[in-house]
This record gives sequence, structure tokens and C-alpha cells, in this order.
Amino acid sequence: MHLSRFMTVHEDRPAFVIVGILAVVWVVVYNNLQPIADWLTYSLLGLNPDSPIGEALNFFVYDVPKLLLLLSGMIFFITLLQTFIDTEKVRALVERRGEGIGNVMASLFGAITPFCSCSSVPLFIGFVQAGIPLGITFSFLITSPIMNEVAFVMLLGLFGWEVALLYLASGIIIGVIAGLVLGRLKLERYVEPFVYQIRAKRVQTGVEADKPTWAERFGQAADSTREVVGKVWLFVIIGIGIGAFIHGFVPEDALTGIMGEDAWWSVPAAVLLGIPLYSNAAGVIPIINALLGKGAALGTALAFMMAVVALSLPEMIILRKVLKPRLIAIFVAVVAASIIATGFLFNLVV
Amino acid sequence: MLQVKVLGSGCANCKRLETETRGALDAEGIAYTLEKVTDYADIVAYGILSTPGLVMNEQVKSAGRIPKRQQIVEWATQLKAGK
Repeated sequence: MHLSRFMTVHEDRPAFVIVGILAVVWVVVYNNLQPIADWLTYSLLGLNPDSPIGEALNFFVYDVPKLLLLLSGMIFFITLLQTFIDTEKVRALVERRGEGIGNVMASLFGAITPFCSCSSVPLFIGFVQAGIPLGITFSFLITSPIMNEVAFVMLLGLFGWEVALLYLASGIIIGVIAGLVLGRLKLERYVEPFVYQIRAKRVQTGVEADKPTWAERFGQAADSTREVVGKVWLFVIIGIGIGAFIHGFVPEDALTGIMGEDAWWSVPAAVLLGIPLYSNAAGVIPIINALLGKGAALGTALAFMMAVVALSLPEMIILRKVLKPRLIAIFVAVVAASIIATGFLFNLVV
Repeated sequence: MLQVKVLGSGCANCKRLETETRGALDAEGIAYTLEKVTDYADIVAYGILSTPGLVMNEQVKSAGRIPKRQQIVEWATQLKAGK
């Protein structure tokens, strides 16, 4: 036992060295992307920096590697963090709190834990079984899909850390408020009755007690990163391609009239438009970024994005297994209203 | 005979877990039966909160992730040795 403990500590060292070297390479490359892009478009291809083609191409060859690097690095970090958290632990922590603090904690955890829509039903049942109030369960179920790690990184890369943090904070606040409202509405009777009848077997969970080593955590994070980036890289490139085109060719202020701050109706319109769209954030954000440059307002754009990721048809079809249609309708209405309010707030503040 | 259950409603990860498990156990020549549990009531009865879940001889081995093949084989051999 002592020997094996010693062995794992010893075995972790190469993993730390590899991760450290990769981190240094990452920083060096990341900080030299603009000169490389300039050299490529203006010197090598001899394009004029003021021409639409030159501008669009420079934008493209700078943003694609930048975002792919940022995605790989940040997703690695986030998934590494996630190896320390699992939903069973979250449930145990939230279980003991009442309304209010419980909503905040559920929403916070919802922001960090990875979300998969096919897990939302077992999660819902598990929370309800543990006696966690419906409102707190919803706080988790609302923030979890809104806070998408890819969306967070894309915002960080294209808009800067202020906007990324604003997104994080508003996702958490929307979950808390919508959860509190839904909790007050006493909606238990709209939950399918079978949820309350299931009894969990007491089963052994042998392996989870074993603490993973750092090498294993790094390995898991690397696997998840490969998977996430593998899924979205093409959307990133296509999105940035469209964004680059808008950047270079669409006239400034073309969108001020329909997506600008003065058009008050644009926020609800963007949310309504976003609900049926089931797209991943990776493709949407570069386009939004380009639209912003042409006079669209940030709140409108963010509201659109949150509606796209948080309220999707497949998600509702899955939730239908445990919720009656009435509750789904209320759920959508409350979340949509919160997102609209956030959009207005952003347009006012920023 | 090892009794394996894959818990999940049929999403992409659940299918991958099944493929990985079959691949790992087949490669080691371990005899097993595999059952897919897709009903939510049955899934949650195992006390897991995230899918896919892997159950061997009625013990929950993993939830919410796809374990490495090597790990799957390790669990299987441990269970066989325990018998």
C-alpha cells in the first residue's frame, strides 16, 4: 500500500513535465499570432491591409488559430477542474440547503459541471428523490445548459474577458432567479407521477472511492479536450469564415436599424428566433462578433446566443419524459423572460 | 459469467460505452452478457445522476463518463477473482 502510494506520486512527475512544456509552447505561439497573420496576408500574399479581401483574410488567419488554441487550452483547464466535481457530490451539498442559498449553489454547480441533455432526466429524478425542492433543481437545470464552456471560451477569445465574465454571471443569475420563481409557483403536480414512485436501490459504488492520480486527471482532461475540440473545430472555422466575410464586406452600421440598441423589440425577437435553433455556440459566436462590429447591440447578441443554447427543442422533448407539457411551457416562458431581461440589461449597461 | 449493464437512454455516449465495453471484454476473452437499460425509471434505480452508467454484477462501476478499456478489463477481472 505504502509502496503503491509512493509509486503514484512518482508516476505523476512526467505528466506534470509534459503539461508544463505544452503550456509554455502554448503561451509563446498564442502571443505571436498577430505578427504571423500580418506576415502571411500582407507580406507573403501581398494584399493591401485596407482592401476588403486583405482585411477579411487577415481576420481569418489570425482568429482561426487563436480560437482553436484558446479552446484547446481553456477546455483542458476546465475539464481538469471537472474531474474534481461530480453530480453525486453536488447533490449531497445542495441537499442540505434551503431555498435561496440552495438556488445559488445549484446554479453555481450547474455552471461548472458538464452538461449533456441526455443526462438531464436522470439528474432531475435524482434531485427530486433526494427531496431537493423543484425550484432548486431547476436552478441547476437552467444554468447548466446556458453555461457552455465552448461559448465561454469563444466569448473570451472574441470579445475579451469582461464579456465572458458577464456571460458567466448572467447565466448564474438567470438560473437563480428563474429557479426561485419556478419554486414559488408550486408546480409539483405537473411532474410526471412516476418520478415520485421510483425507489433507488442501495447499490455499491466500488470504484469511485479511489482518488484518481494527477496523471489520470490530466489524461481524462486531454481526452475530453480532444473530444470537445474535435466536435466543434469545423464550426469554429466556418463561423469565423462567415464572420470574416461580414467583417470585410458588409458595410458598417448596416444592422444598427434592426439589431441596434434603439430597436427595443430586437431582444425579444432574438430570443424567440433563438429557441427553435439548435446550434452549437462555436458556430454562432463568430458570426455574432462580426454582426456586433456592424452595429448590432451586445445584449441582443448575447440573448440570442443564450436562447440558442439554453432552450432547445431536443432538450424539451427529453424533459417531456418527466414533466407535463404545462410545466415545460412555464419553464420555457420563465427562462425566456429571464434571458430577455438580461439582454435589456446588457444593452442598458454596456 | 460476468453480467454487464449499460445504463443510458440511447445517446451517443451510451452507444460508445457499449462499444468500448464489448471491445475490451472481447479482446480479453472474458465471457459476459450485456444488457442495455434504457428506461429512465430503471436507470435511476441504480442511484446514478448522469449517464452513461456501467454496471457489472449489479455494482455501479462508472457514471457520466466512458472509462478506459484497460479500466473496464481491470474491473471485470477483479469481479471474476472475487467469485
